[in-house]
Amino acid sequence: MQDVTTEKKEYVPNIVAFCCNWCSYAGADLAGSSRLSYPANVKIIRVPCSCRVNPMFVLKAFQRGADGVILCGCHPGDCHYVTGNYYTRRRMALLFSFLNYLGIEKERTRVEWVSAAEGARFSAVMNDFVKTVAALGENKRLTDLRCKEDKNDA
Amino acid sequence: MRDVELKMKERAAELLKSGEVARVIGWKKGEFYFDPEPSVFETEAELENFVYNGFCGANLSKYLIAASKKPGKTAVFLKPCDTYSFNELVKEHRVVRENIHVVAIECQGKLDISKIKKLGADAVTEVEELGEKVKVSSLYGDMEFAKEEVLLEKCLCCKGKEHKAADETIILHEMPETKNDRFSGVEKLEAMTPDERFAFWKGELSKCIRCNACRNVCPACSCVKCVFDNPNSGIAAKANDTEFEEQMFHIIRAFHVAGRCTDCGECSRVCPQNIPLHLLNRKFIKDIDTLYGEFQAGDVPEGKTPLTDYRTEDTEPGKVFDAEGKHA
Amino acid sequence: MQRIGVFICWCGSNIAATVDVERVAEVIKSEPGVVFSANYQYMCSENGQQLIKNAIKEHHLTGIVVGSCSPRMHEATFRKTAEAAGLNPYMVEIANIREHCSWIHKDREEATEKAIILVRTAIAKVNLDAPLQAGESPVVKRALVIGGGIAGIQAALDIAEAGFEVDIVEKNATIGGRMAQLDKTFPTLDCSACILTPKMVDCAQSDKIDILSYSEVEEVKGFVGNFSVKIRKKARYVDEKKCTGCKVCMEKCPSKKGFNEFNMNLNNRTAIYIPFAQAVPNVAVIDPQQCIKLKTGKCGICQKFCGAGAIDYTMKDEFIERQYGAIVVATGFKPISLDAFNEYGYAENKDVITSLELERLMNAAGPTNGVLLRPSDGTHPKVITFIQCVGSRDTSGCGKPYCSKICCMYTAKHAMLIREKYPDTEVHVFYIDVRTPGKNYDEFYRRAVEQYGVDYIKGMVGKVYNENGKLMVQGSNLIDNEQVTIPSDLVVLAAAIEPEPSVRKIATLLTASIDTNNFLTEAHPKLRPVESPTAGVYLAGVCQGPKDIPETVSQASACAAKVIGLLVKDHLKTNPCVAQPDETMCNGCSQCANVCAYGAITYVDKEFRLGGGKTEIRRVASVNPAVCQGCGACTVTCPSGAMDLKGFSSKQIMSEVEAICKM
Repeated sequence: MQDVTTEKKEYVPNIVAFCCNWCSYAGADLAGSSRLSYPANVKIIRVPCSCRVNPMFVLKAFQRGADGVILCGCHPGDCHYVTGNYYTRRRMALLFSFLNYLGIEKERTRVEWVSAAEGARFSAVMNDFVKTVAALGENKRLTDLRCKEDKNDA
Repeated sequence: MRDVELKMKERAAELLKSGEVARVIGWKKGEFYFDPEPSVFETEAELENFVYNGFCGANLSKYLIAASKKPGKTAVFLKPCDTYSFNELVKEHRVVRENIHVVAIECQGKLDISKIKKLGADAVTEVEELGEKVKVSSLYGDMEFAKEEVLLEKCLCCKGKEHKAADETIILHEMPETKNDRFSGVEKLEAMTPDERFAFWKGELSKCIRCNACRNVCPACSCVKCVFDNPNSGIAAKANDTEFEEQMFHIIRAFHVAGRCTDCGECSRVCPQNIPLHLLNRKFIKDIDTLYGEFQAGDVPEGKTPLTDYRTEDTEPGKVFDAEGKHA
Repeated sequence: MQRIGVFICWCGSNIAATVDVERVAEVIKSEPGVVFSANYQYMCSENGQQLIKNAIKEHHLTGIVVGSCSPRMHEATFRKTAEAAGLNPYMVEIANIREHCSWIHKDREEATEKAIILVRTAIAKVNLDAPLQAGESPVVKRALVIGGGIAGIQAALDIAEAGFEVDIVEKNATIGGRMAQLDKTFPTLDCSACILTPKMVDCAQSDKIDILSYSEVEEVKGFVGNFSVKIRKKARYVDEKKCTGCKVCMEKCPSKKGFNEFNMNLNNRTAIYIPFAQAVPNVAVIDPQQCIKLKTGKCGICQKFCGAGAIDYTMKDEFIERQYGAIVVATGFKPISLDAFNEYGYAENKDVITSLELERLMNAAGPTNGVLLRPSDGTHPKVITFIQCVGSRDTSGCGKPYCSKICCMYTAKHAMLIREKYPDTEVHVFYIDVRTPGKNYDEFYRRAVEQYGVDYIKGMVGKVYNENGKLMVQGSNLIDNEQVTIPSDLVVLAAAIEPEPSVRKIATLLTASIDTNNFLTEAHPKLRPVESPTAGVYLAGVCQGPKDIPETVSQASACAAKVIGLLVKDHLKTNPCVAQPDETMCNGCSQCANVCAYGAITYVDKEFRLGGGKTEIRRVASVNPAVCQGCGACTVTCPSGAMDLKGFSSKQIMSEVEAICKM
């Protein structure tokens, strides 16, 4: 795995996915129990609600070498915490637009609403996101160079 | 403008003398005519150095955070644009409104000394900025410029001459409205390709020396303890080690003030590296205006900000990009 | 430093077939803090759990990671296991290596690598875990019902039936609400009063129910299980305990020109009055705006004639404070004001009335003793035209965007009753759509059309104007595609309903969320429809959304079930994964409270020590752990990072991000 950067067969982007506990994480579970595969380079972090995701987490992921970051939450109107994902929607709309403004490719960031019943959708979303990010190649713009070095040393 | 200065000084003296206020926040003489600095006056004697001229661009509202905690009332001189920051601070309970006496003052637009110097005027001794022209007197003689050429960036995008908070006013002359073209800079960047934008910002932000002047002057950056100073936040750093940290600092700072930034322009004014920081904040303002309806932070001293509010029919983050994609 | 044990489950072959569990258990041994690792066929089995318990004790583990199925499946199981072995249950993290790994990846090498990263991520998190204690808060075994309409009455009766004390706070002088004003009810056409008044009487007679009529909620403090509520008992100038309801005062009162609100102002009432014959409590009240004695000091006739000596002109508003475990909001509705609808001529023509006014005109206890007479001249109307959706489904901004839901059915009822009682009357109904979902509802409407010959015209009305004493109703007939004008004697407007305006104040007091139409928001639109997002607050009736009587009653009973479920508990266990502010960093800016859907955040002034013996008072956020639901919205709003979420702290999430990205 550590050879990813030095000896490229096919470029595999590293994806961090934040999933809310009530809908999207359950959707991912359903994708699993339905055996609907998506690339192994997608790693999920469980948060209570998509509104728990601080822009700092997104930036941290990019800093540490993530190539794409995706947030998944309940569909608007279905938030377990009533209004949480409405705030997520505004925050991330503005943050991603801002990153785009700084020249960070907009395709590297995404928000998707995935319900607990949408295992197939979860898998499809992840497949699509990986494909999109892979086409962009490695995230060089936001990454902290020291982290890249770590990566090579490891 | 001398008459305005005299009137303000007179009023400050009255307020202090009568005991109505314990201190007055205004500007005092600097080393030169063109570098007056914010100051707290507690006695009439201290008012000797009181000034108000075309270079008093500094926004005094942030000084009220400390002042409103002290015993007694504080009087403050606020230009129209400063009152927005003041309202925002009141809204966020950072300033106790009852402890403040706001003297709303006249503003004819504030001047950028570096622009004046560039136009050849050095050793400026006095400036008269009434009307369309600016008369600059210097040790080497007098010069005249079109005002637009020498205004501060923030005054080129003046929000208007109406004070949004006032307990009394000192306005002796008519204040002409200036055009407000605040988004043209943002639009220019939006029209570039992502590569060009990245190159632009890399060039600008790499100049950052993390002196924190932008943060210290910003009335919205009023945290008791900044996340960047808190080792537990996971993002604290004393200085920028890498390009990423420059970006991180400015992205997070812009995000934290989004919806609260009144566009007072102080960040760009004080940046020693001349980074156009206002272009970061204005992007948020522009997006907020387009996506969630026109919003001017500090218009009123209460209510929610766009980021602490929502509508069920808000735009999806993905769709924002589609709209933006046209620029790219 | 933590002492972490890692337990990798095979889940039979579910995990082990694609993930090299032995290798995972081996590789992660070198992770910081890990002192023990094991793998086992079924960790969730008795033996598996025993393995975990033994390891916790033997190796003095301070935290464990279980690499297994989804935490949604067995997190609770392993937390209990840990607790049984003396470990804090919140020192358990699950790495989901089944649903998120072995089940979706085929390549063994790839799946094993991913499993290692997922376990490593969980280790990073558990390293920063802190033991959490679920708090406990006592439950006051008494409920408050705000609003004494059918919703409040039903909720109160059900709660009382279960043996708990309930107070009904009703702002009017009697309970009964809108239902008391209705004549008949659809789709059975039974008399509204006949089914409502026994319930009102039950409330009055129940020793568990205390009716605080002519009262309003002034202040609410506290939280679920422990609300403290200040109630204003408005001065009614009649001693409730003494008044016998004999009505002599009403006969003698010389001030007879007050609007009778109960009869929709269609007739007058005296200054001292009992709203209607079956009022509960059956006690008079004096309208201070109208009473001659209270206005001028001269009169006092009612006092003279009151045999019970119940009249007291010096009475003042009284405040009482009571504790409650749960609060039911049942504030009901009112028809919208028709000021914005000039086209129907409601203000100019006495014979253009609302449906609720028609209810009173048809009610045997109403101003006309149940004989349908025109308000203008007291004659029998021969042609009656109903206009539907007056202000409902209105996106023009004048009315309401929603469907008021009840109008189609009550109009069918009115039309049918009129045709039944006065067969020589012509009845027309202008409608946009007829909406009749509900048991026996469509059958009811069809009866109106087919048996009773009510003329339904699909189309909207543009104008109602008076021409030679006739009300000309001009509208379109969309089926025949023509303009029609119907000369009518009476026009009835199905005015939209809206939440009783006082609900806004109630919502603010309760920090219950409210939508743009002033309907209270439910905790979840499908799964928690009778609960407010604010814990301990429940919603019954139209305050939550338009609904008819059967639905209101069902919702009220559902509310009661929820309330009973809460009140039977002696203590509430609180979720320990709640927000917690670091006061030393809090700016007191109120942004976090703005995004809190539960009203869990309040502010207090606190003294802080500065250097040099100085102190400073600062406004800082305070989170009520009994109310906070742990979503984390506040944590992101907080610019200084003072607000954090226990169990999902910023540092923990960042460490997870780092662990994932470190490949």
